Amino acid sequence: MAVKGPIPEIPAPIWRSFKDLQEWEALHKTRPTDDKHSVAFEAVTEGIHNFPGGFVLTTGVDAFLNWARKSSVWPVTFGLACCAIEMMATFCSRFDVERLGMVPWASPRHSDLMIVSGTVTIKMAPMLLRIYEQMPDPKWAVSMGSCANSGGPFRHGYHVVKGVDRVVHVDVYVPGCPPTPDSLMYGLLKLQEQVAEFQKTGQRPTQTG
Amino acid sequence: MTPTEAAAGVRERFGVEPTLEGHLLTVDLPADRWADFARFAKDELGCLYFNWLSATDWKEQGLEVLCRVENLDNRLALMMKSKLGPGQVHCPTLTGLYRGANWHERECFDLLGVVFDGHPDLRRILLGQDWEGHPLRKDYAHDMPHAPYR
Repeated sequence: MAVKGPIPEIPAPIWRSFKDLQEWEALHKTRPTDDKHSVAFEAVTEGIHNFPGGFVLTTGVDAFLNWARKSSVWPVTFGLACCAIEMMATFCSRFDVERLGMVPWASPRHSDLMIVSGTVTIKMAPMLLRIYEQMPDPKWAVSMGSCANSGGPFRHGYHVVKGVDRVVHVDVYVPGCPPTPDSLMYGLLKLQEQVAEFQKTGQRPTQTG
Repeated sequence: MTPTEAAAGVRERFGVEPTLEGHLLTVDLPADRWADFARFAKDELGCLYFNWLSATDWKEQGLEVLCRVENLDNRLALMMKSKLGPGQVHCPTLTGLYRGANWHERECFDLLGVVFDGHPDLRRILLGQDWEGHPLRKDYAHDMPHAPYR
């Protein structure tokens, strides 16, 4: 029974132009290439690397850069649902992720990490994607809790995205409903291990999609 | 006015038999008397407080609109019910009487697809404007993969 109400014509947002999930996922697959450094940077490092004995320097620099990256992963404060309470507890003094170099930052433009803490509704997904796109590369995303991982208890509802990996590229999935601060911190440590392996190609150790 | 007197008034004016439980008066109405009855409830029974409005999908029997208004001074609660009939989605609006009905009717339209005739601004209120279908209908295929995130 199709009902046509007197809905005024409002231009659909840009994200609606991705009509199909397959199309969306095809777009999604091209995502990690955006993580690469600039062509000039790659050319310079390539040049130094091919210079006799230069690999000692480049390997050292690479290790140093990765160490620097993993020691200052700033998560954007982006709380969606009840998982955000646990995320806040993780940021607070008892668990204190700041000793790992993670400063919860209230701007996506200065952040490296988005912790998707909670249920992503279909109405929220474009905003989430916008915040993710505002973050500078290289960037990471942690899916926190059952809702963000798969839709959780709302998976069969009409309004929930069935896993935030349909919207953004996810690096670490933290299970739980909600995950305890310990779980989230374990996930963040796992993320740091991934970041430490981040190469100049931008390829992540675990490729998805 | 006591609930018993209100029940007598409803019986006299509208010829329907109301159900009285404590201070809750439940009235089953045809859809074309919906607005008349709300006017009567507000003016004669003094039900100035618009509590909520919703609807139920009874599958092949069609939609039923429910509305609760209250007289807070005299402790009288009035539940108005109206079956729209199979396949019928049109119901008169109460926004001319109760300003609080505006968003409730928009929500009811959004989730159940009841079209309130005469509503000044009948748009979706909770879901996106580009949503297709009304998800609280019993025939809504919620597990169907819709683009782009579902």
